[in-house]
Parts: sequence; structure tokens; C-alpha cells
Amino acid sequence: MSVLPDTGEIGAPLWLLAELTYRCPLQCPYCSNPLDFAHYRDELDTDAWIDVMRQARAMGAVQLGFSGGEPLVRRDLEVLVDEARRLGFYTNLITSGVGLTTARIDALRDAGLDHIQVSLQAADAEVAAAVAGSAKAHAGKLVMARAIKAAGYPMVLNVVLHRHNIDDIDRLIALCDELGADAVELASCQYYGWARLNRAGLLPSRAQVERAEAVTREWRERLAARGRNMRLLFVVPDYHAERPKACMGGWGAIFMTVAPDGTVLPCHSARELPMRFPSVRDASLKAIWYASDAFNRFRGDAWMPEPCRGCSERHQDYGGCRCQAYLLTGDPAATDPVCSKSPRHDLIEQAWAEAGADRREVGGLISRHARNSRILCRG
Amino acid sequence: MNARAVPALRSGWRVQWEPAQQRHVVLYPEGMVQLNASAGEILALVDGRRSQGDIVAVLEARFPDTAGLGEDVVEFLDEAQRQGWVEAVSS
Repeated sequence: MSVLPDTGEIGAPLWLLAELTYRCPLQCPYCSNPLDFAHYRDELDTDAWIDVMRQARAMGAVQLGFSGGEPLVRRDLEVLVDEARRLGFYTNLITSGVGLTTARIDALRDAGLDHIQVSLQAADAEVAAAVAGSAKAHAGKLVMARAIKAAGYPMVLNVVLHRHNIDDIDRLIALCDELGADAVELASCQYYGWARLNRAGLLPSRAQVERAEAVTREWRERLAARGRNMRLLFVVPDYHAERPKACMGGWGAIFMTVAPDGTVLPCHSARELPMRFPSVRDASLKAIWYASDAFNRFRGDAWMPEPCRGCSERHQDYGGCRCQAYLLTGDPAATDPVCSKSPRHDLIEQAWAEAGADRREVGGLISRHARNSRILCRG
Repeated sequence: MNARAVPALRSGWRVQWEPAQQRHVVLYPEGMVQLNASAGEILALVDGRRSQGDIVAVLEARFPDTAGLGEDVVEFLDEAQRQGWVEAVSS
């Protein structure tokens, strides 16, 4: 029997993201799921998820996101929400809205669901259809968003911004306002998973981003003047920043993802890293969080290379994002190339040049679906 | 908000005691605010029925030796309203 080390230094995982499934009816080419998602078909069952939630809650987790894929494809979602709420979690459903019905909205409310976040692909129905690979999804989302508010939930709308929808941001925010959102996440596409694959066809220009930020600022003033409490969260794209983001508040600091097959990750993209991550099928969450090699790998600052090691900002951004460092440089311990001090910052400039030369429409990007996953990742 | 105003948590927002953190927290969509002891005492009394004056009275009875408690409550509830955690249901 092993003895866990002193846990004094390591804080509790306050956030649990439960990725219930990788199955999804939509095919967005910027999906953050791993490229090889089709290989993971062995999902945790209801009892296993309940056990995960109990363990996490006992460790101090309080925010719980049900995500995916599309979590609504799990028929046991209501049972899981019910148990989560009983345990004292604040329960968030992170959904495309596809598969939602008014009956299910009510059943989830009765189970104690606290909040629903719905993703929108665009304000324009045609662009939305091209992004999601579904002609019907957009209209259905709008109906369900209204039903969610009618049922009394707080609602966050999430829009992933890329070059094909960012110029329409004024209409997007107006739509979210009209739908009664409590908050809007204008989430600049992050280039992991499928988005990394399609980066050259997604990355907006600097001018596009600056204009979108300006429109967002104007909207904030207008909303405030009207006394409308709809928070607009503009997530600045990493590739436009001078410094990297403090990814997940630090590796293994507050956030824990459990993937559909029970693999435990410090964020939902980490599966792409060349590391072995432990599973709830083999170990307790407590042992994984506090004592596993994977979760301890990038805690603290002893792992940092220069220029991070000697940087006065290393405790603000923790060296940036490990997944981004790996996807761009091939080394997960490298300084995030987004940082202008990174010796590989040229990789960001290269990405700009590639994107500037890319003329594809949305329909020309590689869709996220099981067939493409199997073609891209054989074995 | 005046003394007769009745504050309520915004619909879907929740205050709860977290044993693991030994404090009250405000929970809302995908977020959490960790409250200090006095903020926790105040928000835990916000239930959509007690008026601001009632809340002050409860706290004054609970902490009779604390000076300026009424002002602290008013100031905090104004800030909570600005943050969008609390709304005035009537006054």
C-alpha cells in the first residue's frame, strides 16, 4: 500500500468537467475533442460516473460541467444531474442544444440542473449550417434557447469565433440579447484538436479581431445603458496575444477533466500530449490528482525551461499552455510560443502567413466526424 | 437599495457553505466567488423575503459588539447588485 505525499501544497480540484461522451450529431471543424476520438467507444457507465462525482465532491470540487461530445446523447443524463445536485455540485450542461426538447428541459430542471450553456455557430443560418454540418441544427437551437429561458434557467451562449463568423459579431450579440442570454462567451477559436488541423482556414486576421473587440466594447456600453445584465466575455485569441494565457489556472491547480473512457486529464485537450494519463478505472481520483506523475509533471516551476524559469511573470501565466507548446514545437515542456519571449515565437508568425494564404470556405475544412477520425488516426 | 428593499439572489445563482474551503461561496454559471466571513454571513441571509433592514437586524443581534454593521451590509449588497449576484425584488 502506498502512502500519499503531503498534500499541503496542492489545492483541491474545484472544477470537474465530465465529458460524458465523444458522440455528437454536429461536425464543427474546430472541435476540441481529440482527433482520434472515434477510438474511444468504451464510455463509463452510470454507476462509474456517479462514483467519479462522489469522489470529486469529497475532494472539494463544486463546479461540475457535463460536456462531450454532446452530453444529451447520454440517456442517463437526468440521473447524473440528479445525483450531482444531491451531492452539492453547481451543475452546468454544456450542449449544442441538439437533442434538447421542452420535455427534457423540464426533466433536467426537476433533476436540479442549475444552468445550460448552448453553443451557437453563427448568427447567419447558412454559415451555421456549413460549420455544424447540419441544415436543421441552427433553427432548433434558437427554439431551445428560448425554451431554456422560459423554463427559468440562467443561460450562457457560447460562440466560437473564427474568420468565417467573426465579422458578423454585431448580429451575433444582438441575437444572444434577443434570446435572453445571461452571458455570452465570444470564444476565439483555440487551436487544439480539430481546430489545429483546420487552423489555416479558421484563424482570423488581426484586423478582424480588433474590429470584433471594438464592436463588443460598444455593445457593453449599450447594454449597460439599458440596464441589461448580459455579460460579454471576449476571449482574446492566443495567437494575437503578447503573453500566453494562464492555462486552466495552472496545470493540475483547480481543474480536472474526466474523459468519456475514464481517463483523467488536467484539461480537455491534454489527451493530445505524448504522456500517459491515469484512469478512474485503475486508481482513485485522489491518488490521481495528488500523486500521479501526470498531474505532478507541470506543477510548480521546477520543470520550466528558459526563458520562463527566470521570468518575473512565470507565476502569472505558468509558462502558458502545455498542449499549445507541444502542438507547435513538439516539446510539451517548451515555453508557449505565443509568448513574444519564446525562442519559437516565429511559429506563430508562420501560422499567420499560412492563414493569410488560405482561401478555403467553411465547407472546405475537415469536418469532425467518426469517419474522418478513423482516417486521420489509424491504429 | 434602501432598508425596505428585499434583495434576492439572481435566478440560478446560489450561495452555499463549502466544508472543503471552510467558507461560503457564490455559485453561478461556470463560476464561483469565494466569500470572506462577513460577506458569507450577509449573503446567507439573502432569501428573497428578508428586507435589507431585516438582514441588518439579524446580524446586529448575532454580533452585538460590531460597530458600523449596517453600513457594511448596505455597501456589500450594493456591490453584490452591481456584480449581478443580487437583485432587488421589491422595495
